Amino acid sequence: MALQAVFFYLFSFLTVASAVMVITARNPVHAVLWLILAFFNAAGLFVLLGAEFLAMILVVVYVGAVAVLFLFVVMMLDVDFAELRAGFIKNAPLGAMVGAILLIELVMVVGMRFAGTAQVVRGPAPAPVAGSTISNTEALGAILYREPFVFYLEIAGLILLVAMMGAIVLTLRHKDGVKRQSISAQNARNPATAIEIAKVPAGGYTVPPKAPEKVRS
Amino acid sequence: MTIGLPHYLTVAAFLFTIGIFGIFLNRKNVIVILMSIELMLLAVNINLVAFSSFMGELSGQIFALFVLTVAAGEAAIGLAIVVVYFRNRGTIAVEDASVMRG
Repeated sequence: MALQAVFFYLFSFLTVASAVMVITARNPVHAVLWLILAFFNAAGLFVLLGAEFLAMILVVVYVGAVAVLFLFVVMMLDVDFAELRAGFIKNAPLGAMVGAILLIELVMVVGMRFAGTAQVVRGPAPAPVAGSTISNTEALGAILYREPFVFYLEIAGLILLVAMMGAIVLTLRHKDGVKRQSISAQNARNPATAIEIAKVPAGGYTVPPKAPEKVRS
Repeated sequence: MTIGLPHYLTVAAFLFTIGIFGIFLNRKNVIVILMSIELMLLAVNINLVAFSSFMGELSGQIFALFVLTVAAGEAAIGLAIVVVYFRNRGTIAVEDASVMRG
């Protein structure tokens, strides 16, 4: 138990500290790297909670996909980030006030909820989380692929599909002057459009109307 | 010195507040705003998983899975919009993005 407490405080301190670094880092590349550290430590918190599957998903999806996507975009865009930091200090007091009020509210909610006499409401179907022979992944799968949740899973897949198509459609750009394959044009060819029959006089030759230009290297 | 549910909820509250504060702090930089939103979603996920773990009910973890899905889609779409916006305008300052205001 003591070890668990030590690791909890380690992970949570690192998560919060790297989250602070994310929003205050001068260089956005560093911000993304701090975000990755925050995700790793949150995955550690998930492991402490007994949610190993979600911890691994967090590492794979967030660190492996989302954070790398952020990294790509930050490095690809040639933005003057110093200019974007103008007003950084100006906005800080208002943000600090709102943040402090929100934090006090949230911590008071947590404190009152658990200092008071309110009973912890048990869920209708307690599933094995810790201290059982079934692993977390197995229990999750047993719920996720059953009747009510499997539809939500399908919808989640649909959301990902729509997100993928939206990202592609948004960023697709047709450049002029680039030779590319047009499959529909190729399939629409027929002998009338593809072949040109030239009358060649006996003993002579004919020059094709559009001679291909010679390529000199 | 046992770690209970309030400890995790407090960490999540801190993370969420940092996310909100980040939006106020980096008002011009869309990319950092998106990262702040990711932090807030992470806080929500920590809440869901903590409740799920301490109540012995796996639905919270399944919801956390869906939140993760939506967060990934949101990041992809948001970054695509940022890229397109940068291509058209040459900057990503949010304050310039009021062309469609009536």
